[in-house]
Amino acid sequence: MSTRWEAASKHKPPLVQRERSSIATILVMPDHAKRTANDYITGAAVSEAAPGVMRHDVQAVAHKKPITLGVDAGPGRIAYASREHVYPKKAHGRYRTIKWAIMAVTLAIYYVVPWLRYSRGEGLPSQAILFDFEHQRLYFGPLEIWAQEFYYVTGLLVISALGLFLVTSVAGRMWCGYACPQTVWTDLMIAVERYWQGDRNAHMRLDNGPWTFEKIWKKAATHASWLFIGLMTGGAFVFYFRDAPTLAMELVNGTAPAVAYAFLAIFTGTTYLLGGIAREQVCIYMCPWPRIQGAMLDRHSLLVSYRAAIGEPRGSHKKNETWDNRGNCVDCKACVAVCPMGIDIRNGAQLECIQCALCIDACDEIMDKVGRPRGLIDYTTEHNLASATAGPRDGLRIFRPRTLLYAGLIVLVGGLMGTALLNRADLEISVLADRNPQFVTLSDGSLRNGYTIKIVNKAGTERSVRIDVSGIDGVTTVIAGAKDAGSVLTVPPADVRAVKIFVTLPRDRAGQRHGASTPLDITVTDTATGVASTRQTAFHGPNG
Amino acid sequence: MAHEKHFDHVTGTETTGHVWDDDIRELNKPLPKWWLYVMYATIVWGIGYWIAYPAWPTLSGYTKGMLGYSQRSEVAADIAQAKAAQDTFRQAIDKTPLADIKQSPELMQFAMAGGAALFGENCAACHGRGAQGATGYPNLNDDDWLWGGTLDTIHKTISYGIRSSHEQTHATAMPRFGLDGALDAAQINDVASHVRLMAGLDADKEQAARGAATFADQCAVCHNPDGTGNTEMGAPNLVDSIWLYGNSQQQVAASIATGRGGIMPAWEGRLDPVSIKMLTVYVHALGGGK
Repeated sequence: MSTRWEAASKHKPPLVQRERSSIATILVMPDHAKRTANDYITGAAVSEAAPGVMRHDVQAVAHKKPITLGVDAGPGRIAYASREHVYPKKAHGRYRTIKWAIMAVTLAIYYVVPWLRYSRGEGLPSQAILFDFEHQRLYFGPLEIWAQEFYYVTGLLVISALGLFLVTSVAGRMWCGYACPQTVWTDLMIAVERYWQGDRNAHMRLDNGPWTFEKIWKKAATHASWLFIGLMTGGAFVFYFRDAPTLAMELVNGTAPAVAYAFLAIFTGTTYLLGGIAREQVCIYMCPWPRIQGAMLDRHSLLVSYRAAIGEPRGSHKKNETWDNRGNCVDCKACVAVCPMGIDIRNGAQLECIQCALCIDACDEIMDKVGRPRGLIDYTTEHNLASATAGPRDGLRIFRPRTLLYAGLIVLVGGLMGTALLNRADLEISVLADRNPQFVTLSDGSLRNGYTIKIVNKAGTERSVRIDVSGIDGVTTVIAGAKDAGSVLTVPPADVRAVKIFVTLPRDRAGQRHGASTPLDITVTDTATGVASTRQTAFHGPNG
Repeated sequence: MAHEKHFDHVTGTETTGHVWDDDIRELNKPLPKWWLYVMYATIVWGIGYWIAYPAWPTLSGYTKGMLGYSQRSEVAADIAQAKAAQDTFRQAIDKTPLADIKQSPELMQFAMAGGAALFGENCAACHGRGAQGATGYPNLNDDDWLWGGTLDTIHKTISYGIRSSHEQTHATAMPRFGLDGALDAAQINDVASHVRLMAGLDADKEQAARGAATFADQCAVCHNPDGTGNTEMGAPNLVDSIWLYGNSQQQVAASIATGRGGIMPAWEGRLDPVSIKMLTVYVHALGGGK
């Protein structure tokens, strides 16, 4: 099977066909582009697009030829094509600077956060952000989320998702292009790769050359660096789940829990694989978000776009030639060369595009060189693209029903969560009435019910509490193991204490009961602050 | 593959070269490489697994595998580990007097958890999962105890049983007043009325007055003249609200006629001393312990 497969993949179609698209039909394809893919392995620039601007020898590898059923496609279309390696050229400019800054900030947050300390008192973890699965607690600074309160985390995720919707409807895949860990880490991996193997052309020469000593050590250094970054990524990840300084020592000593080493290995492997090896394939084939985000976009969403109205017709520009009756695009393909996704932005909005804006930087640099205005590729809207004269951000409508809806939902969910959080009780009681037996008749004819009470103390200090039973007159309460009913119980800080209580209704008070099950309130009160929590339960007895 | 490559003209995809019925061809859609390699990897893994672990049945048993692994030994190791983990607590309970166990919250928690498990395994068959009892099998949650409800008396009852084969067992039994001919039916009915009246239940006053004398002669030795019973003899309190065999005129008369004497096995020898101690603490803490 593999023989057939290789035979098929060697049979590549001519470039002109591969780059044909709906937009391409209006483009004038330059003669020199009519070459086969095999000619494109040297990485060398082959011609001048404009004075001082070399044309990049690059093809949009990730842009597949659209399938049109019923049309004779000719020989050579293959069912499964190998991934063609993308060699993104380093970009310089405003958006590249912003991306470096965001990379620095997000990585700093990721690595620094587990080391922030927060004092909670004795016996409690002093790490500011800690996901303590072992004790089923999530710590966010002063806030401590218990396992049964996981809905706060759910709320946070809902708000995050809505935030993503809002950003996407305003300015496209901002998340994908700037802040997604896949983008940040891939950017980092590519930077490391460039450090060892050089920028696009040098890298391609190295890859297509023989296995020399230089190639071997450069490749080895790259992969070692990637694995090291992966190790650091996994290393930082596990610190979120266990006291960081302690775990760091344990990891070095070899005494850390096996699960810590397992996750260290998993994250080392996945970072290396997804950031170093798979890269754009994760976004194109694995991530569901690109498929969903189309639903959030409309004609007024800002998108990184090629403004065909001022770019076409494209073509080489010679010195002293007029710019009349032609577009500003000199077809230098700088935008394609810098693209980490391996697409040609000039083909219009595409699923593969993560909106990283590096093509804007690349194009602006060229426009400066040829003396044409910047912004041939820019953040603009479908609405403005349709007009021959509109500027990129003319008549921008940020406040639209769609964005207002998303913003409104964020405020609503945030308000609900905030209200719930502010009214969160730090003393709670849960009551479990004995089921077997439901009630016990004592020798003097009185009825006794047993209850297991769990007192939840979410405060960071030890509390003294009192248990009161009300709702049925004349009952007596005994706390198992305590001296008397009015006994003050202590509940350790941030802990749960379970106690058994027996409630007895004397025979002469039997009239207080209503049928087999009579409502009974059990209240736990903080003796110092008076804070109380009440649960209604039932007092059971024989029917009648 | 000597034949010419053939491409389908509609899709442009290479075909496998097979032709059916003159013109039907199959597109060559090979499995993705990654899929194939994963499958090969699973095959290699599978063979490795057969070598390392128990895998194939043979005529007399099964292949043991190079690692010598067995689930049985893993369970045995787990149980041994759990037992070892319990040892410190069990030793502490062994050394601690019954009355002092509840002074230590850790020991008490361990004894209650262990007692609940032991109760479920050994006692629940008669006394019920919640120790709620049944006719003839006492409810252990209440405060009425045939043989005493202190820690020591409960411990003694569990250890030696009731009317069991153990030498030190509680051996006294109630005579069969009717079956053995000591009282006739009318006398039994009179005593039953007297007992019910003593307990505050409705009864024929005339019969009760006649039965009072018989009660004083025959029953008061064990049950006390006022009917409050005697835990030394295992004689129940007849004037409280708890009736092990029912409190209707007929049920009380039947108890007098046939005699009552439930039996319980001695657990000494069946359970180790620490387990009996934990059971004692558990039963005592059900709510009725004295």
